[in-house]
Amino acid sequence: MVTEFTPWQSLGGGVLIGLAAVLLMALHGRILGATGILGGLMRFNDPADWRLRAALLAGMASGPLVLLGLTGQVPAVDIPISNLAIVLGGVIVGVGVSYGGGCTSGHGICGNARFSRRSMVATASFMVTAFATVYVTRHLIGG
Amino acid sequence: MRLLTAFAIGLVFGVGIAISGMMNPAKVLNFFDLAGTWDPSLAFVMGGGLLVAIPGYRMVLGGPYPTFEPRFQLPDTRVIDRRLVLGSGVFGIGWGISGFCPGGALPALGTGKPEVFLFVTALIGGLLLARGIQSRGLRTKAST
Repeated sequence: MVTEFTPWQSLGGGVLIGLAAVLLMALHGRILGATGILGGLMRFNDPADWRLRAALLAGMASGPLVLLGLTGQVPAVDIPISNLAIVLGGVIVGVGVSYGGGCTSGHGICGNARFSRRSMVATASFMVTAFATVYVTRHLIGG
Repeated sequence: MRLLTAFAIGLVFGVGIAISGMMNPAKVLNFFDLAGTWDPSLAFVMGGGLLVAIPGYRMVLGGPYPTFEPRFQLPDTRVIDRRLVLGSGVFGIGWGISGFCPGGALPALGTGKPEVFLFVTALIGGLLLARGIQSRGLRTKAST
């Protein structure tokens, strides 16, 4: 499936992601990482912290609804893969980000923005394996 | 007030993710498909994010403390070990298989697409699995 090259939307979206990361640090003193937010929602020993994460998650999930209100369209989620691949990918992502200590938002934006060497190494690692995986699934076994 | 600002920040993030294309597996997988239907858009997402976050963090972290907290909570680990490199590598494999990363999938929940719920359920399963393995490892270590 070919997708349209959207440099301006992607740049604009990225600017908003960066802005959200800076605001969360300025107001709440935290790294904006999806892995950390979700992981924290699975712990129940600090109710105030849990509520803060739940509010962040609720805001995130409201993003597509706001865009629906503004543009009349739900943002595209096109899925060119099987449900089995979704489940398999989901479990693997969950295990990987647990050990790697973060994902595209936490390491890729927040960590790299403060020049954390750990985040730079993590980003290089997940980018390389993602390129390699798609090459394998689409050109070696998928064809 | 704290919950309201957290919600608003989540919303800015969610709108950004949605506009950027990061919640769309077709686009994400095409970004990684150099040898096929390559779509370089997503490089601009990280570019735009860092364009704001690098000077923004420099300004904020140079200040005294965050508005609602006594201090900034920053990771204090500095070590680059196998756990970091392999864990991140494994994440990339799952990202390449599914086209979803956690930051893309959480806002995508708002579209109501069943596949997103399937992915997030599997993601939580993976997080719990890793947590289970890690706590077992700690118990084994403690008992020896």
